[in-house]
Amino acid sequence: MSDAAEIQDAGFDDWIDAATAGEAYALECPNGHGSLPPRRVCPDCGSTELEEVPLPDTGEIETFTVTHVPTPAFADDAPYATAIADFGPVRITGQVVGIDLERVETGLEVELEITVSETTGDRVIGFSPV
Amino acid sequence: MSDVRVAGVGLTPFGNTPERTSRDLFAEASITAFEDSGVSRTDVDALLYGNFMGELAEHQGHQGPLMAEAAGVQAPATRYESACASSGAAVRDAVMRIRNGEDDVILVGGAERMTNLGTAGATEALAIAADDLWEVRAGMTFPGAYALMAQAYFAEYGGEHEDLAHIAVKNHENAMTNDKAQYQSAIEVSDVLEAPQVSTPLGLYDSCPISDGAAAIVLTSEAYADEHDLEAPVAITGTGQGGDRMALHDREYLARSPAAREAGAEAYADAGIDAADVDLAEVHDCFTIAEVLAIESLDLFPVGEGISAARDGRTTADGETPINLSGGLKAKGHPVGATGASQIAEVATLLAGDHPNSSFVEDATAGLAHNAGGTVASATVHVLEVVDR
Repeated sequence: MSDAAEIQDAGFDDWIDAATAGEAYALECPNGHGSLPPRRVCPDCGSTELEEVPLPDTGEIETFTVTHVPTPAFADDAPYATAIADFGPVRITGQVVGIDLERVETGLEVELEITVSETTGDRVIGFSPV
Repeated sequence: MSDVRVAGVGLTPFGNTPERTSRDLFAEASITAFEDSGVSRTDVDALLYGNFMGELAEHQGHQGPLMAEAAGVQAPATRYESACASSGAAVRDAVMRIRNGEDDVILVGGAERMTNLGTAGATEALAIAADDLWEVRAGMTFPGAYALMAQAYFAEYGGEHEDLAHIAVKNHENAMTNDKAQYQSAIEVSDVLEAPQVSTPLGLYDSCPISDGAAAIVLTSEAYADEHDLEAPVAITGTGQGGDRMALHDREYLARSPAAREAGAEAYADAGIDAADVDLAEVHDCFTIAEVLAIESLDLFPVGEGISAARDGRTTADGETPINLSGGLKAKGHPVGATGASQIAEVATLLAGDHPNSSFVEDATAGLAHNAGGTVASATVHVLEVVDR
């Protein structure tokens, strides 16, 4: 990845680093609204007092799909499951890994597992069943 | 408040024409719109033009002045970008400018060139309407995002893929008579169910095609229409816009579209009508599930009942509230930047009695056009009414 790309992605890459180390976090304002970085202002109430709070160890899949027609960045990864999982203060979109695609279901308990795209080698937010 | 009249409309055929540039497409649409309107190009006060992926598809930004030139209009021109709601947003601003007395005549529309990118390239280009960091990099595509909503809808309100298939069948049926439509062919429920999967539960026939095309509308003030004795029986009487969080996962609801609800409520109030007065609607059915979410958000059907409306014949051409008589994005095509304006053009033509499918809505006096951007992080809704016939 070029330097320019790394600069552009500041804040997001830091979060991926933290999640890789098992220290994923959300941002929380004094009113208890959770959000994901990079962010200076709470999108719910406009508060600028955001602090990092640890995410719970596990989340729950709320909805999912198996994608057969990917963008070029995931050409070699398809088919793969994408899900939205609830991690308490925030929901997160990620790829479900470590499970047969047919067994992915709503309600499945997962933990974050930063994985890589088979196509590009870039880091990807993943969910693995607990 | 003065009505904003639809003086003329022009659409290119929507379809697969990779060799045509957007300036060629928009020129054609604008020529038709001016001919239809009887308005002189020299009277145009502004061009408001919707386009989404011009930089990626044609290496062309700053398309406003380029398209004014293509249309032969000497007027300030601005491009509107709001993903798939780009030209809906342009029409909304045009309406407000005419109402405010700033302008008397506005050329508004949009164009998109997409098929030259190929399926993978267009999928990638469309994906930039989502949050690049938190959605695209997780592998989410646009069909994928709507599939997430479809699964969430099934889990919350029930329904299955076969219900969605009836929406695709209906919209193909409606497009049979529309010579501008990309697909003028009938399909069966079994075709939809057996089509290759794109993103479960959505398959190829649940998805709108990748399209090239343009739409142009000449809007005028009521005073200008009267003064020039224009034949312009349809007015835009209500406009509304709603917004929501960019990423689907940040929304309160995964199976509803609050931005469309907000836009619809604003447009209804603006026009002084309610959902029960709506005789027909063109809604943003980029995927079959999107039509369900749209008709529920617009209060045309209660939440949880939109899923069965097509299957039960309530939204078919001969149903109580025909939805997407043009064929919709699904069968007419979805050249992103042109879509919102094209929906308004279709509603105006249907209400004026000039559409091949006008016979299904002969007594119609009010129609709705709903245009959504992204996973409905943006939405515009317009009410059109017959004011002079």
